[in-house]
Amino acid sequence: MHNIMVIIKKQIRDTFKNLTILIQFVLFPLMSIIMEKMIKLDNMPEHFFTKLFAVMYIGMAPLMAAASIIAEEKEKNTLRVLRMADIKPWQYLAGTGIYVWTICMVGAAVMSTELDASERLFFTGVMGVGFLLSVVAGACIGIFAKNQMKATSLVMPCMMVLSFVPMFSQFNGKVKDAAVILYTQQLRNIFDEMSLKAFSGTDAVILGANALLCILLFVLAFRKKGLE
Amino acid sequence: MIRCNGLKKRYGTHEVLKGISFDIPAGHIFGLLGPSGAGKTTLIRILTGQLSYEEGEVSVMGKRPERLSGKEKKGFGIMMDSFGLYERFSCEENLAVFADLYDVPRKRTGEILKEVGLEEAAKRKASDLSKGMRSRLQLARAFMHTPEIIFLDEPTSGLDPQTMKAIHRIILKKKEEGCTIFLTTHNMEEAAKLCDEIALLNEGTFVEEGKPEEICRRYDHHRRIKMHLSDGSDSEFDRDADSAEQIYELLMSGKVVTIHSTEPTLETVFLELTGRELEEDR
Repeated sequence: MHNIMVIIKKQIRDTFKNLTILIQFVLFPLMSIIMEKMIKLDNMPEHFFTKLFAVMYIGMAPLMAAASIIAEEKEKNTLRVLRMADIKPWQYLAGTGIYVWTICMVGAAVMSTELDASERLFFTGVMGVGFLLSVVAGACIGIFAKNQMKATSLVMPCMMVLSFVPMFSQFNGKVKDAAVILYTQQLRNIFDEMSLKAFSGTDAVILGANALLCILLFVLAFRKKGLE
Repeated sequence: MIRCNGLKKRYGTHEVLKGISFDIPAGHIFGLLGPSGAGKTTLIRILTGQLSYEEGEVSVMGKRPERLSGKEKKGFGIMMDSFGLYERFSCEENLAVFADLYDVPRKRTGEILKEVGLEEAAKRKASDLSKGMRSRLQLARAFMHTPEIIFLDEPTSGLDPQTMKAIHRIILKKKEEGCTIFLTTHNMEEAAKLCDEIALLNEGTFVEEGKPEEICRRYDHHRRIKMHLSDGSDSEFDRDADSAEQIYELLMSGKVVTIHSTEPTLETVFLELTGRELEEDR
């Protein structure tokens, strides 16, 4: 636990120094609040921007942050120094994952201030599940990528699919049918209802399959790189 | 403290280390000299448990390196050129991460920065440091937890003479404090100055080993004395009884500006043994 805490502390210290990551964390909560306050249109669904940016936040920030932090540490060879100081790979990944997840949860809590009080807890809970899956997916990319540049080039298409497809699915039925296999789309559906009432068994299986795939890829990446 | 017997390491079909053996007692500085690609870094990585090996016996602090527990490995201090720094962090913050990891009190970071002469740069970002300052910071990181063994992979490579001197002072101080130091270098002067024992590594084998001055004496085939005279000419004599009278006369004449014996340097010994220069691949 001590080693994990050191990693978390190091990352917290780095938060305000690493603008690329900081922007990822701050942008979506900030945008959602500004848009929610400034744009009010007739027939606009309730909390439209909060829900829209929530899905984008899930699909972008943790994915990019986790992948980029891990890849940078590999590229700069600081990960090796940590390894020599008895940090186990799982401890490093856990520390980084917990940090990214927690910061994103703070962002989610900020976003939730635009919602009704009764919806806030539910909203942040669902966001938490989404962040968890994205952090694992981001960690997979970070482990596979040799450097930050490669990590970014791998993260970009994943981010586009996970964030933009659920957004476009609002305007196109065919896209919505295809997007159903994505966990971000499943979470989007939950946000639309702000309850689990419409969440069917099939949706649960899809979400579970997404989680399983993320974990499987993570284990594969972990083993392939000999980190066990 | 560190013992190797018949160590072999292969990368695919290429044998990098071809059965090397040595023994480093506690509190000694052992220098490994060799050109780039000789296998120096590979050996450090094996000794620190970062790399496996095919054959031979390796023992560090009485155990095979790969069997050392994490706690035992915390007794190592490692400085490798390839090991990076947290570029966005200040010197102080860089050390703080490792102070936390090694359970070293935070005030130690200030002490150690003072020790390596980076006290005034404590708040400067690592990305803004010069190469010499970065090396000193890496060195500070390597021994901030007062390790038993310090591995230094070319610690002064590419540094100016002043920084080099400062680093040498720090290394010698650590030796005085009882650290065992394993040092790799291209620089034969550095090895001669710092090391109790050295080994010359070429293409995966030790071509010579021992105390630096003993090695030089062993290859002192010519046994000559060189003089530079006040008229601008140079004279060379054999170091034997026959030349003694001539040397005496020249000395008495007051014409001798400089006089020195011509023992080989480690560089020339290496050249004689391998036909290559230590720094030819740099």
